[in-house]
Amino acid sequence: MSENQVNVLERKPVILIIVTLLVILIGSVVTALLPFFMEGMEVKISTVRPYTALELEGRDIYMREGCNNCHTQTVRPLRDEVLRYGEFSKSGEFAYDHPFLWGSKRTGPDLARIGGKYPDSWHVQHMTDPRSLVKESNMPAYAFMATTPLDPSNIKSKMGALRTVGVPYTDEEIAAAPELLAGKTEMDAMVAYLQVLGTMINKAAVETVVDSATVSPVVPDSLVTTPETEVK
Amino acid sequence: MEERYDSWPVKAYTYSMIIWGLASLLYGVVISLQLVYPGLNFGEWFSYGRLRPIHTNGGAFGFGLSGIFALSYYMVPRLAKAPLFLPKLAKFNFWLYNLTIAAAVITLHLGFSTTKEYAELEWPIDILVVLFWVFFAVNMLGTILTKTVSKMYVSLWYVIATILGVAVLYIFNNLAVPASLFKSYSLYAGVNDANVQWWYGHNAVAFVFTTPILAIFFYFFPKVTNLPLFSHRLSIVAFWSLVFMYLWTGAHHLIWTPVPDWLQTVAIAFSLMLIAPSWGSVINGYLTMGNNWEQMKTNYLAKFFILGITFYGLQTLQGPSQAIRSISSLIHYTDWVPGHVHMGTMGWFAMTIMASFYYVIPKIYKTDLYSVKLANTHFWLVFTGQIIYSISMWIAGIMQGAMWKATNADGSLKYTFQDSITASYIYWDIRSIGGIIFLAGAIVFAYNIFKTIQQGSQASKVKTEGAV
Repeated sequence: MSENQVNVLERKPVILIIVTLLVILIGSVVTALLPFFMEGMEVKISTVRPYTALELEGRDIYMREGCNNCHTQTVRPLRDEVLRYGEFSKSGEFAYDHPFLWGSKRTGPDLARIGGKYPDSWHVQHMTDPRSLVKESNMPAYAFMATTPLDPSNIKSKMGALRTVGVPYTDEEIAAAPELLAGKTEMDAMVAYLQVLGTMINKAAVETVVDSATVSPVVPDSLVTTPETEVK
Repeated sequence: MEERYDSWPVKAYTYSMIIWGLASLLYGVVISLQLVYPGLNFGEWFSYGRLRPIHTNGGAFGFGLSGIFALSYYMVPRLAKAPLFLPKLAKFNFWLYNLTIAAAVITLHLGFSTTKEYAELEWPIDILVVLFWVFFAVNMLGTILTKTVSKMYVSLWYVIATILGVAVLYIFNNLAVPASLFKSYSLYAGVNDANVQWWYGHNAVAFVFTTPILAIFFYFFPKVTNLPLFSHRLSIVAFWSLVFMYLWTGAHHLIWTPVPDWLQTVAIAFSLMLIAPSWGSVINGYLTMGNNWEQMKTNYLAKFFILGITFYGLQTLQGPSQAIRSISSLIHYTDWVPGHVHMGTMGWFAMTIMASFYYVIPKIYKTDLYSVKLANTHFWLVFTGQIIYSISMWIAGIMQGAMWKATNADGSLKYTFQDSITASYIYWDIRSIGGIIFLAGAIVFAYNIFKTIQQGSQASKVKTEGAV
């Protein structure tokens, strides 16, 4: 930069403001905006479906209670992680996650593959009194969930808002939602959500990946469907 | 000369800085204890998952922004040699801002949270945030545009970058579709949502914890040491490279996640390159001291600022190293990360902001600091508290990462997850002690500032009465 150019920027605030904004936008456009239009950012998995009304309510409770402050939802493609939690996470598994709930800190274990690991009754007992199952756990108790009935009044507007951002709920699904929540508690919703986490990929297809000595972060073909080959 | 400049916003934000600062520290101590003593989670309103965002938002946007606002209202008119553009708007904005922060605290207690880190506030409060930010921008940019000096000092550059950066980041990360008054869903999904969030998250570090603090450092450090800045040119070069490179680094929070490898690699590369502009500022600070290092003994404020910029230097070496894949695989998701963050927030951010108030408050109340001895006490308390906090968390983090990875001879995992928690309790206890010591230091600071204000107000009262 020549002495003159520096002088212009030092003397003319309007030019400084414009140039600074442009400089801020370069990296932002390349790393945050362009990926939306890039193939490979998110690999489609045909078995991944939107959350049911009950699962969605559970997810909203998970967000309300800030579970993401202590639990992550991404299994890294590292040997110990795959051993501990299961198959590493794939981009396509989060296609309907508004917002993502990957978290950034594991004060508790990762939950990306928690679905189906324990029976429903284990989760109910664990959330009611965590230390009755894991003696030295530091998780807060969420006993109130079992006695708090779900409020079905917002579910239609919630599913409607999600449809606006791209989740393919049908009119029928939205209309039927309040009925599906009738008589359910917050605990029912939480358990439904936890039990579906990480279960939407084809488990048989990933077994082979787990067995291989080195885990590669490449999605196996058996998990991937292009729009042409997609079933249903 | 001093009378030209409106001191009302500076005085007002000093109070909110102290109130939100002490509150967020108190929340911090409470949640640190909740991790060890889960019985301290009193019902849903006071459980860890809801309190932690109050601690982080309170620290960044309650304490931090109040401090940044107060000091910007002090230095921008003085650097532009122009009166504050719209003093009435500044008054109004003070109340709007504090209403917003209070609403943030209440709604987070109630569980209204988007869960996106440092952007947890729901959409009605987001709108209030955008409003007070725009009003702040109007006042600052208006003052700068009506400047009567020919050249803008680098602090003004950093203020401009702060205003623009926060605006772009905050708006684009928080775009959402409301489902009800306090519930919305992010416009983005999954991988893209994660990528946008950490573009935001890491650049909140850039434009809340770095650029405004560099503005403050480059203004107040030469003032308190009475030494000219070593190199204006170096500060300008560092400015452009910092503002350019920071925006590329967000995905270093997403190493080993399903975010594509190229994004991770770009973020790692730019993170490493960021060492250069960060250390450009550090070296500029050190060389400003020149042959006057005896001020570390004779001038308590030099001590605050030099330790502050040193922690900034350590932070900006540690941060890029954490971005490297192999290191990330060990320390990511562990307590190492809070240890890292708190070196920046307690060591650099809070230290530099608080030190500047020791300079500003006596100036605008036309008095001396109530007690330099107490200021020294404050220094040693926050320094000790932060060291205890960070070191205990670094040890705990490496231990957790190693325990998660450890395998037996047959290749099976050696420890359960709970084993790593059980082994962490002692370190979490030590961390709480560090937090309590830091809080004690902040209380000493608040007391010293209040006493100075009281002293200044009384002196001016005596003066006025004497004149009558």
